[in-house]
Amino acid sequence: MYEAVIGLEVHVQLNTASKIFSGSSTTFGSEPNTQASLVDLGMPGVLPVPNARAFEMAVKFGLAIHAEIGTTSVFDRKNYFYPDLPKGYQISQFDLPIVGRGEVDITLENGDTKRIGVTRAHLEEDAGKSIHDAYDGMTGIDLNRAGTPLLEIVSEPELRSAKEAVAYLRVIHSIIRYLDISDGNMAEGSMRCDCNVSIRPEGSTALGTRTEIKNVNSFRFVEKAINTEINRQIEILEDGGRIIQETRLYDPDRDETRSMRSKEEANDYRYFPDPDLLPVVIDEDFIQACRDTLPELPAARKARYIERYGITEYDAGVLVADRDIADYFSAVAEQSGEGKLAANWVMGSVMAELNQRSQSIHDCPVTTEHLSDLIGRIKDQTLNSKTAKIVFDALLANEGSVDDIIEARGLVQVTDTGAIEAIVDSVMTENPEQVENYRQAPGDKQGKMLGFFVGQVMKKSGGKANPQAVNEILRSKLNA
Amino acid sequence: MSLSGDDLARVAKLARLGLTTEEKEATATQLNGILALIDRMQAVDTDSVEPLAHPLELTQVLRADEVTEHNQRDHYQRVAPHAQDGLYLVPRVVE
Amino acid sequence: MNEITDLSLKALSEGLQAKTFSSVEITDAFLKRIGALNAKTNAFITVTEEAARAHAVDADARHAKGQAGPLTGVPIAHKDLFCTEGVLTSCGSKMLANFIAPYDAHVVTQCKTAGLVTLGKLNMDEFAMGSSNENSVFGPVHNPWDLSRVPGGSSGGSAAAVAASMTPLATATDTGGSIRQPAALTGTSGLKPTYGRVSRYGMVAFASSLDQGGLIAQTAEDIALGLGVIAGHDVRDSTSANVPVDDYAQELEKPLTGMTIGLPEAFFDERLNASMGQRVDAVIEAFQALGVQFKTVQLPHVAEAIPAYYVIAPAEASSNLSRYDGVRFGHRADNPTDLMDLYERSRSEGFGSEVKRRILIGTYALSEGYFDAYYKKAQQIRRLIRDDYTQAFTECDLLLSPTTPSTAFPIGEKSTDPVAMYLEDIYTVATNLAGLPGGSFQAGLIDGLPAGYQLTGPAFSEGRILNAAHQLQQATDWHQARPEGLTHV
Repeated sequence: MYEAVIGLEVHVQLNTASKIFSGSSTTFGSEPNTQASLVDLGMPGVLPVPNARAFEMAVKFGLAIHAEIGTTSVFDRKNYFYPDLPKGYQISQFDLPIVGRGEVDITLENGDTKRIGVTRAHLEEDAGKSIHDAYDGMTGIDLNRAGTPLLEIVSEPELRSAKEAVAYLRVIHSIIRYLDISDGNMAEGSMRCDCNVSIRPEGSTALGTRTEIKNVNSFRFVEKAINTEINRQIEILEDGGRIIQETRLYDPDRDETRSMRSKEEANDYRYFPDPDLLPVVIDEDFIQACRDTLPELPAARKARYIERYGITEYDAGVLVADRDIADYFSAVAEQSGEGKLAANWVMGSVMAELNQRSQSIHDCPVTTEHLSDLIGRIKDQTLNSKTAKIVFDALLANEGSVDDIIEARGLVQVTDTGAIEAIVDSVMTENPEQVENYRQAPGDKQGKMLGFFVGQVMKKSGGKANPQAVNEILRSKLNA
Repeated sequence: MSLSGDDLARVAKLARLGLTTEEKEATATQLNGILALIDRMQAVDTDSVEPLAHPLELTQVLRADEVTEHNQRDHYQRVAPHAQDGLYLVPRVVE
Repeated sequence: MNEITDLSLKALSEGLQAKTFSSVEITDAFLKRIGALNAKTNAFITVTEEAARAHAVDADARHAKGQAGPLTGVPIAHKDLFCTEGVLTSCGSKMLANFIAPYDAHVVTQCKTAGLVTLGKLNMDEFAMGSSNENSVFGPVHNPWDLSRVPGGSSGGSAAAVAASMTPLATATDTGGSIRQPAALTGTSGLKPTYGRVSRYGMVAFASSLDQGGLIAQTAEDIALGLGVIAGHDVRDSTSANVPVDDYAQELEKPLTGMTIGLPEAFFDERLNASMGQRVDAVIEAFQALGVQFKTVQLPHVAEAIPAYYVIAPAEASSNLSRYDGVRFGHRADNPTDLMDLYERSRSEGFGSEVKRRILIGTYALSEGYFDAYYKKAQQIRRLIRDDYTQAFTECDLLLSPTTPSTAFPIGEKSTDPVAMYLEDIYTVATNLAGLPGGSFQAGLIDGLPAGYQLTGPAFSEGRILNAAHQLQQATDWHQARPEGLTHV
């Protein structure tokens, strides 16, 4: 049996207004090269000047993962030729990164927590984009993205499965979203992931030869790419082969990884300190100012939700993963005063609907006021679970307020005992055989059989009967 | 230290400089002359000496995060040897 | 005798303010002299005649309105690695032989704002790599003192143009001696300021941690006037120093009594040739007459400056010059078959052999397995050298040495021997490694060719260097010697 050893390098585009070394806008999706200034183009004679906000964001991230902050960090040049790299070198941080050793906790499938080391996180500039086959088989180069600030977050090789890798990636995503230092949109490339994968016989402590899968662009693909690569490596070793250290690309259409020889040719990057830039010294005041503006982070929020709303650890974990959903949940919980119900509704109907529509919570037509009103009407027994779902669907269809929908659809729950008794009587009359069976059955079987009668009564009431009252009346009449 | 023909080929490739066969020979001789000059510094004891990257040892001043540039693509692309529809063109890149 | 072009910058400035002549008259006089002498000296790559006249008209209007500064209407020419918007900025290279810069360098902007009239762009060694100005795609520059000899480099065009009175002031840059050595070889005054004193923004990079912009003129006084215009902090250059700019003109007049000048022992050993030694002795005597004390000082590691420099400068250059890839600007090979072909041919065709040599050496020094032995070692030696200077300046105010080992050598003499050419820099490179200001000033003639002496000072002591040189120029006439044969056009 083999064990996988996985480390991730996550590139996060920071959402500064301007680029890391120039005053160009970082807006996504503009016309090619309209956001490429002299500095971004690497024109002869131009010089970089670093963006303070990028450092603030990096320091906040460092604080969020309990990392050492590099009080003196140095920019280095990583030298290689590529058309999307205008200067022939990327300005990055090599020996002295802004964020040193830190850690994050991930939750495993069995509910256990595992601590994953973050080796470092450093600031660097993004490259431009190549547009293949633009003209007559030539490649077009768009440098709008060149110089967008990146925070590269490097994990220790402490992840042992694709699932762990995804859990780690989700925690990183969650932190950057809470800090609001990136939109974290993997589809648009504002968060990208390189996966270093190797395998070794279980129980071994030596590391196998690793491969690097470049630029995987969704959580799902990270899981699939790693599993595919693990299987590829196992097959090679089982066949008596040898893993070659190389860069690979994941092809989601074929669900396979393939070698990227073009990037392999010359990886002697000749790092040296960028002589155009001076050491960046971050003082305690700067760090304190970042600390003072740190928002509540997912782990703290999770603990608070468990304490305040009495929800389970699992539910709290699901709810806090996305800052926007967590905000939505806590608004509903506070407004309705019903934490558990709010958790059930948000994790159930709301998240299911968002998943189905591939929408963010901001686009959800059911506002926090709607949902807390709905919960209020469940609490005061106007609605039961069945009618509540009808109201929720109507809210999604923008049919108005909760009370308007209840009114318009006549969904007020029947709690009048007399009316329910009448329905129970008619159901019993219509089903004499079942009544007889019920009465002769042993006590422990009766509970299950009661469901039939409840269903019939609810159906007859148009779903409006109070299920609790139905149960009580049925029991007393059947047992009479 | 001296530079072999293989070293020169490797370095020329890293630097993306194409050298003709004649150039290679002359260049190797010249570079080895320069390396002999450079190697004089190996005699100096530099143990425990911190490398000095900048003579004045100042620290970096950071810029405020403000957009100060506007689109000047046409102006900048006037010096581009091969651009079309705002894109710089290069021979097809294979990934 | 063309009176105007013989005048110093200072005299031109005074004449403009006294309305003895107009900026248009001055500009025309220099343009006429450039026209007459450029075929001989090859000092200018580009003469911006029309723009110069237009600037001169503007300058005269400013004078008429009383809105002129001290240098408004005075001509200047720029080394061809300062970016000038709309004007060819070639760096003496085929690589940029078609590069019309899309923006102005900080230094150029400062000069324009002060109202200086730009005459054109000056020849140079390709990408500032060289000590003879033979490495220019536009051909060698000829020394006005003897047209068969080099003017020094890399700012050979700047030095030759000033020596031939084709401009009263020229910008230049100095990475390992590229202002001081040509100033010495052409009988002009040249100052390399402290690293960080003049913004590098828009100055095409050779070696970023060593490059510094400065000036060449006839006199220290003229440099003082010009330096006030180009010096100062610039937020676009992170390595630019946020230190107040001294009033250099005011400092010129201080008496030198009580000043101590150190003589680095390593620079006065048996390798110093006799005739150059005599010139330096004459300079020392002249300073002594002004009340200056001399003492011998030690710079224990200065002998390793050349090896360290020829690692650091090429290493930085190899990276700085990677941007010339035929994609966004500059030379592009015809019909590239693939990306590698585009890169290799564009760069091989675009760069000259000295530039290629330095890129190769620098790439090698940074490559895996060699970094510690070369680059790191050189940066460690750099610290030792910087510390040597710091120690020396606890004992003296300035250091004095020859600027070059000899006078101007014949064109072609050293062009095939890179190491011999590199040794031209033995007295100058340490100053760059330490980031200190250094000037070269006239020390009289040896067999009809100019010799120069070098003054080096602590960081930001440009005022003190110019003060000493100015006082000496007041007491001697070495700076007034002009190349014969070129004085009449």
